[in-house]
Amino acid sequence: MANITSNTEAQRLTFWERIYLPEIAKGLGLTLKQMFKPKFTRQYPEERWIPEGSYRGRPVLVQEDEGERCVACGLCSRVCPALAIEVRAAETEKEKERYPEKFEINMLRCIYCGFCEEVCPEEAIVMSKDYELVFGSQEEGIFGKEKLLVPVAQLQERLEFLRQWR
Amino acid sequence: MSTTDLIIVLVQAGILVNLMLVAAAYMVLAERKVAAWIQNRIGPNRVGPWGLFQSFADVIKLYLKEDVVPAAADYKFHLLAPIIAIGVSVTVFAVIPFTPPVDIGGTLYTLTMTPNMNIGVLAVLAMTSVGVYGVALAGWSSNNKYSLMGGLRSSAQMISYELSMGLAIVGVVLIAGTLNLVDFITWQSENMWLIFLQPFGFILFLITALAETNRAPFDLPEAEPELVGGYHTEYSGMKFGLLYLAEYANILASSCIMAALYLGGWDAIPFLDDAAILGFPATSIPMVIIGHVAFLSKAFALVFVFIWIRWSLPRFRYDQLMNLGWKILLPLALANVILTGLGVYFFN
Repeated sequence: MANITSNTEAQRLTFWERIYLPEIAKGLGLTLKQMFKPKFTRQYPEERWIPEGSYRGRPVLVQEDEGERCVACGLCSRVCPALAIEVRAAETEKEKERYPEKFEINMLRCIYCGFCEEVCPEEAIVMSKDYELVFGSQEEGIFGKEKLLVPVAQLQERLEFLRQWR
Repeated sequence: MSTTDLIIVLVQAGILVNLMLVAAAYMVLAERKVAAWIQNRIGPNRVGPWGLFQSFADVIKLYLKEDVVPAAADYKFHLLAPIIAIGVSVTVFAVIPFTPPVDIGGTLYTLTMTPNMNIGVLAVLAMTSVGVYGVALAGWSSNNKYSLMGGLRSSAQMISYELSMGLAIVGVVLIAGTLNLVDFITWQSENMWLIFLQPFGFILFLITALAETNRAPFDLPEAEPELVGGYHTEYSGMKFGLLYLAEYANILASSCIMAALYLGGWDAIPFLDDAAILGFPATSIPMVIIGHVAFLSKAFALVFVFIWIRWSLPRFRYDQLMNLGWKILLPLALANVILTGLGVYFFN
């Protein structure tokens, strides 16, 4: 393409725009105005963000009075695209007959897609609001049942969300 | 000069150098705070109330850092560069009179390192010219292509803009008829602030001062996206700290000089006789305190302008920088000198 020499941007500018200074003053005025606007910063460790029910945080197992809801069907483990979940089933005297002897989620692998929650027939694994996951080694990143079980009372908002929208 | 005078000057110099370096460290905090406010953020607020101890934390951190020198670098010059940089920026403060003369036991004292230096403005121009050595040497001795580019750009930029800066100062020198900063301020408090006579010269000086101190929009020597860190890429620990501090000390020095040359220095009320209005004798202690506060508030207002400009304007391209320096600012500065000269000739 040939170089454009007529009606270029430089030619379209007015005299006052071409001598820069008034435009610079305008820009400075804009930034000065911004200085006095309210700030959006959240002071994180002191002010924490509490997500809505729709938030997909760390997946947890629902714990009821008589223990976990999970029946160790293994669907979550099967659907997990990141292969993060490991379930080992065992028999129990209770009405539901089966329970997970071992239930581990490798949080280094989990991608928070929520498929496990979606596929679960018992609403036993749901996404929580917990987004602060810290561990010091790879071993600590594998969450066992003791970390995964959360009382159902704390998960009401998510369960309601699931019933309403799923 | 008697021994007592010498001791007084030395003590003043010691106090002033330390104050200036602390002020420069605090300007880093001010810069971060203003940047944050302009970007709708809060800025550093973890170390002490409103982050006031952030500067000290930074300096302590810099002292504790390992001092890495690249194997290919020239060690001696690598060490010399930050020393030159900080030495020069402290020397510029030597000529600045921070207070009006105060009468103590029949002798007039001023808070400055060199009382009544009659070549003050020349010394400032000379020292800013030497300042380029620090940057150029830092770039050259690091033996790194980015550092070298930064050093070269900085040399070219400083030399180009020094001319316009000198010519902008010629305008005020013609009007006030002196090179002594104390006389400059006295002239301004007796007549009027030179910014009202030389508004154009003030803008020229402000632009060239931005370029001289390597500040945005002229911060090409350290343009991060293209040159990593520019001339201080290969510096770490307190050597980096010194280069950084020198940069801020330079800004403070330029602001003080602008306050003295254009904004009337310690003169608190323009056009009028301060001493008569406030009802104190001209060389009494209350007047000195008022004058000192006036001087510092002007200087720090200009420092704010420097920071404000940095966070508002994008960086120039290198050819645009040179075009602006040689094709626009230099002719304008010359025109300013000619017009001022004619004005002084016809109205005096």
